[in-house]
This record gives sequence, structure tokens and C-alpha cells, in this order.
Amino acid sequence: MANEIAVKNFYQQSTNKHTGILSWLLTKDHKRIGLMYMMAIMSFFVVGMIIGLLMRLELIAPGRTIMNAQTYNTLFTLHGVIMIFLFIIPGLPAIFGNFFLPIQIGAADVAFPRLNLLSWYIYMIGATLVIVSLFLPGGPIDTGWTFYIPYSIRSTTNVSMALFAAFVLGFSSILTGINFITTVHRLRAPGMGFFKMPLFVWATYATAWIQIIATPVIAITILLVIIERAFGVGIFDPALGGDPILFQHMFWIYSHPAVYIMILPAMGVVSEIIPTFSRRTIFGYKQIAYSSLAIAFIGYLVWAHHMFSSGMSDTARWIFSLLTFIVALPSGVKIFNWVATMYKGSIDPQPPFLWVMNFIFLFSIGGLTGLVLGSLATDIHLTDTYFVVAHFHYVMFGGTGTIFFAALHYWFPKMFGRMYNMKFARIAVVLYFIGFNMLYFPKFIMGYMGMPRRYYDYLPQFTPYQRISTIGSWILVGTIFFIFGYLIHALRKGKKATSNPWGGVTMEWHIPSPPPLENFKTIPTVTHEPYDFSQLKEMKNE
Amino acid sequence: MSDHQEAAVHQLHRDDAGARMGMWLFLFTEVLLFGGMFLVYAVYRYQYPDQFHLAARELNTTLGTLNTIILLTSSLTVALSIAALQNGNKFLSLILLSATLLFALTFMVIKYFEWTTKIAHGIYPGSPELLTKPNGQILFFGLYYVMTGLHGLHVLVGMVVISFMIVFIARDKVTPDNYVKLENSGLYWHLVDLIWIFLFPLFYLIQ
Ligand code: HEM
Ligand SMILES: [Cu+2]
Repeated sequence: MANEIAVKNFYQQSTNKHTGILSWLLTKDHKRIGLMYMMAIMSFFVVGMIIGLLMRLELIAPGRTIMNAQTYNTLFTLHGVIMIFLFIIPGLPAIFGNFFLPIQIGAADVAFPRLNLLSWYIYMIGATLVIVSLFLPGGPIDTGWTFYIPYSIRSTTNVSMALFAAFVLGFSSILTGINFITTVHRLRAPGMGFFKMPLFVWATYATAWIQIIATPVIAITILLVIIERAFGVGIFDPALGGDPILFQHMFWIYSHPAVYIMILPAMGVVSEIIPTFSRRTIFGYKQIAYSSLAIAFIGYLVWAHHMFSSGMSDTARWIFSLLTFIVALPSGVKIFNWVATMYKGSIDPQPPFLWVMNFIFLFSIGGLTGLVLGSLATDIHLTDTYFVVAHFHYVMFGGTGTIFFAALHYWFPKMFGRMYNMKFARIAVVLYFIGFNMLYFPKFIMGYMGMPRRYYDYLPQFTPYQRISTIGSWILVGTIFFIFGYLIHALRKGKKATSNPWGGVTMEWHIPSPPPLENFKTIPTVTHEPYDFSQLKEMKNE
Repeated sequence: MSDHQEAAVHQLHRDDAGARMGMWLFLFTEVLLFGGMFLVYAVYRYQYPDQFHLAARELNTTLGTLNTIILLTSSLTVALSIAALQNGNKFLSLILLSATLLFALTFMVIKYFEWTTKIAHGIYPGSPELLTKPNGQILFFGLYYVMTGLHGLHVLVGMVVISFMIVFIARDKVTPDNYVKLENSGLYWHLVDLIWIFLFPLFYLIQ
């Protein structure tokens, strides 16, 4: 402990000769880049959230309340684009992957630090383009985040610009993926075999592969739509012999795997938090690692389950339905392994652990209702209703979004060297749970009753459900601001964090909080299994 | 520790194998990007085999073949320039790279003439002339412009990259014992070549 104070941390040391803001904007340090992503991504999250809040306000009563139909169209599109492309896809890998992947494999940085910084700038350019597209003449995009043809070709709003933004963001995602894969292959510390890597690294690694395999397909699809708008080539235009359904195939060939880009890193975080707070090695390490790869692989083959009602042969439909059920298996493997890890562990219900409990509950609802949508007969009834809206919010927000907060609470002491208020954190978990379910559960019921998605108006019989949902949105958003509040307070006033406040054993807990610039004094040699808690005694003396 | 030393610690390792690996991954994404296009091509070729056949006869096979030869040769010169640099012959390496650049330029000029003749004949996306043709032919030419255009864009990028390499070698930033940048540029150029090898038969040679 004594020498810990003497070591300068990465806030006090810079990779360049600048000080102040420039030392950040030109940094090559993966930790600072991770924090820069954090600033940007959380800001967009707040924007997306406020848009969601406005939509919910509109829906508090039937008929026009605070906006007209066209405004609602642009709002749900923006909300979708921001939440998907700017928040949830980059979220965990770009922030926590950047910060912790090199540390967890015992490296001083990622393989290509400069490329890493470039990716951040490309992300910011993409984000700026999204914002600019709002204000140019033509008006904000109103196609929905799926950009379905033919409307995305006919719409007179700034579709091309927004699409180009998505293209640029995809490029950033590809570069990050390449960087992480190379890092894992080249920079593991001596003794850190592939099967000694923490599971968060495994998950981020699998995600990186999906990023580089799937993103180029959406890139070309997006380019084709832009070209189509500019020149009328006809590739997706039935009047010229093209096929709009082909667009849907190409879109979902990316966007379904993208779902795994969102959820795999989250599952990795869960596999870190559960052992730490159960004081027990993870149950079925290899199965969890392999199931990430299995999800990554099978995830490619299920895209057409988004298109059961858009015109496909019956054979194709039941095959895709079957494959969709199969992809649920590796996810199930993970859930069982996590539960088995807790069994007979000595559980310490600290806030990060409670967030994970939140996740398991919400994600299970999302996953199980996914099976309802994956079955042909029920999907025909439920497609394009609020049931779908509820389902994907449970998966993405309840799953990955919740884990975003779990990761934040787990690694906050390491990243910032401060502790937050534990009591507030516990209250937040409960409020979040209540708000979340109030906001989204009624949508399952409304969807089942036939409420279509993307409507700013509704029939009077939906009023009570819509109202509960809107009140839920206030509770949820209020809770999230409460979380930001106590975390920001902790940045300044929080107790100093020790190097290992939770009793974790992966690499990041062996080094000071916040870490020094090079992470390790010398590159460590790894001797233990990743979740070997017998090390804890030795670590006390480190 | 002074700031300079700190920066040095951060840049300590040079990992050529890592750099190559990163490049291969990047090329992989490029292949997938074009793979998406080839997929679209395959779908429509399957739907309109006869009209693709008819439309293909309007392309100038001679120019296409010439361009293929040019691009293949330029791949050779890049490879040789890497070998030359490895053997310490900076001058030869520069000559060969400049030759590559010249070939690339010739390729683009020929492409330019191909496109402009087609456009002069009224064949371009959305033209009244093209719209009188059956759907399969409209799609063929649409794909022709999009795919060769995208490929042309890659040739341009490749030219920029090679120009940088020429400057780097001249200024001894890329040297006989640190040439992974040149190697990676060569890889990129081979990819550009490879894609053309696929485009050429798909558009010019379907008989
Ligand atoms: C406070 C938080 C949130 C609220 C109040 C909210 C609310 C809403 C509402 C009202 C809709 C429109 C439903 C419709 O009319 O069809 C919607 C759509 C959507 N939301 Fe959220 N949401 C929130 C957070 C999130 C998060 C965190 C994500 C992603 C991770 C997300 C992703 C989406 C997507 C993709 C759509 C579909 C957009 C489209 O139809 O094109 N939302 N949300
Ligand atoms: Cu899907």
C-alpha cells in the first residue's frame, strides 16, 4: 500500500508532452481513450433517453398530446439510431474493453494505440454527422432505425447523411475489432494462455470477430442505399427489376449478429462479477468461453427471423425458426453456469452483484419472449406490435444496458480511484427494477392486444397501460439521473478506493487504483487460473 | 521521469507480425465488403441470366483485358519493390513503386474512357436510353457502375498509399530492416488486384 501512493497514475502522466485537454485529445493510452469514449457515449445515451422520455410523454393520452405524427416519426428514428449505433453497440467494448482488455491480459496497451485513437475520432465524426443531419434542410430522418426500402429511398428527409453516419460509425467499429483481435493474439503476458484469459476478454474477443465479419455487409448495404438515392441504379427498386426484400436480407445479415455484438461483452462482464462476489471459481470456464464462440457463429445463420412476414418460402421460414431456437442453447449454457457458480459460494451482495441479478431477471424475460417471436405462428400475430418493442428493450436495455451499469459500478473504483455511496447504489438497483418493468412490461400486454409499434396515437382501451408505461419512464429516467448524480459526487468526494475493494483476482485488481500509465511495473508472468481465489491471501501482501 | 521518457516506454515494442496480422484482418473486411456486392450480383445474375449475357456483350472486352494485364503487372512490380528493399536496394525499390503508380494511373485512364464512352452512348443509371431496356440489363449496368466504381475508388486509395510509401522510402522512414508498412501496402494492392480478377470475368466474359 505504501508504495502505491508513490506511483503516479495515468491521470497524472501522459503519453505525449501536452498538458490539459490536448494531453487527452492526442493520447495513445488505452485507458484515457476508454474514458473519452465514456464521455461521448454517455452523453448520447442521455440524449437518446430524453427522446424516449418525450415519446412516452406523447403517449400518455390518446390523440395528439405534445407533438404531431411526423415529429414522432423522426423521434423514434433518432432514438433508435442513437441508442443502437451510438450507445449500445460501441458501449461495452469501446469503454470497458478499451480500459480493461489490455490490463486483464497483462499488457501495457492495445496492439495499435494510434489506430485506437483514430477509431475514437472516426466515432466522433460519425456522431457529428448524425447531429448535423438533424439540422440540414430536408429535416431529420424519419425511416425508423431499420431504414427499410422503399420508404428510405422515397423519403425526402436527410436519409443519405444519416446513413453515411452509420457507415462511418461502422468503420470505427471495424477498426476497434481489428485492434482487439490483434491485441489478444500478440500481447498476452507470459503464461497467459488462451484458457487463462478472463471471460470478459473471451467475450470481447468473440465480439471483435463479429464486428469485423458482419459490419462490412451493413457498410455495403448502406452504400447501396445512398447510391440508390443519388443515382437511381435500381438495385432495390422493383420498378427497375430490383428486390426490396434483398435489402432486408442484407440489413439483417448484419443487424442480427449486431445483437450479439451488444450482448456478448455484457455476458463477459457477468462472468467477471459473479465469481468475484461468490468467491468461487467460475463453473464451466471452457463451456462459457466456447458458448461465446458458438453464439457468434450460429448468430450468423438466423437473420431472417426478422422477416417471417415479409415474403419467404415456408421451408426457409421453418429453418430460420429452428436455427433461432438453437441459438438459445449456448445462452442457456451461460445462465446455468452462472447459477452453478453461485451455488455454495459465499455470496457478498455488493451493488455490482445486485446489478447482475437485475440483469439475469430482465434478460431472461427478454430471451424467453424472443422464443415467442421466433416461433412462426405466434410471430405472425405479434410482429410489428408493442410486443416486439417490449422484447427488444428487455434484451438490449434490460440485458446490455443493465450490465452497462453493472460494469460501471464494478470497475468505477478501479477507473477513478474512488468509492461511491453503497446505500444509494442499492436503492438505485431497486428503483431501476421497478421503473424498468413498469415502463416495458405493459408493452407486452398491449402488443398482445394488438397495439402496433411506431404509432403516436392509440385506441382508448390502451390508455391505462400506456399511462403506467409513461409513469414507469419517469421512475426509470429519474433513477438513472440519480445514479449519475452519486457517481459524479463520488468522483470528487468519494472515499479513496484501495487497489482491490471487491476481492477480485483478475489482473486489474493486482495493480493500483487508478492504474499507472504502463499498467504494470514490469509485464507480469501469469501462473494462476483466472478465477483462482486462493491468490487472495498472497495479494494482501502485494 | 520526464515526459519524453514516458512516451518512449509507451512505444517500446515494435511488432511486425502484429502489424501484418492487423492488415490481414483489414483485408478480410474488404473481401467481405465486396462479398456483399458479389452476393447482390449473384442474386440478379440468377434471376436474369439471358439479359446479363446480352448486356455483357456491350462491354469492351479488349479494354477489359488490357486493364487486367496492367493491374497484374502492377502487382508484380509492387512485390518486386518489396524484394528490392529487403535486399537493400532503395533506388530500385523506388523505381518499381513508381512504375506501380504509373500502371495504376493507366488503369484509371482506361477506365475513364470506358465509362465516358458508355455514358456518351446514353448508358448510365437513370438515363432515358437505359430505361427503355429490360430490367435485367438495367441491373447489369447498375451493378457494373457500382462495382467497378467502388473498385476504382480502391485503386485511388491504393495510389495514395503507394505515394506515401515512395515518400517514406525516400526519407528513410521505411528501410531494409523496417519495411512492414511497405509490405502491408503491397498486400492491399494485391487485394485491389484480386478483386479486379473477379470483376473482370463477371462483367466482361460472360458468354
Ligand atoms: C429511458 C429509456 C427509454 C425509453 C423511455 C424508451 C422508449 C421508447 C419508445 C417509446 C419507443 C417507440 C416505440 C414505438 O412507438 O414503436 C422506443 C423505440 C426504440 N427503442 Fe427505446 N426507450 C428507452 C431506452 C432504449 C435503449 C437503452 C435502447 C437500446 C439499447 C432503445 C432502443 C430502441 C429502439 C431500437 C427502438 C425502435 C426504434 C424504431 O422503431 O425504429 N431504447 N423506445
Ligand atoms: Cu435477430
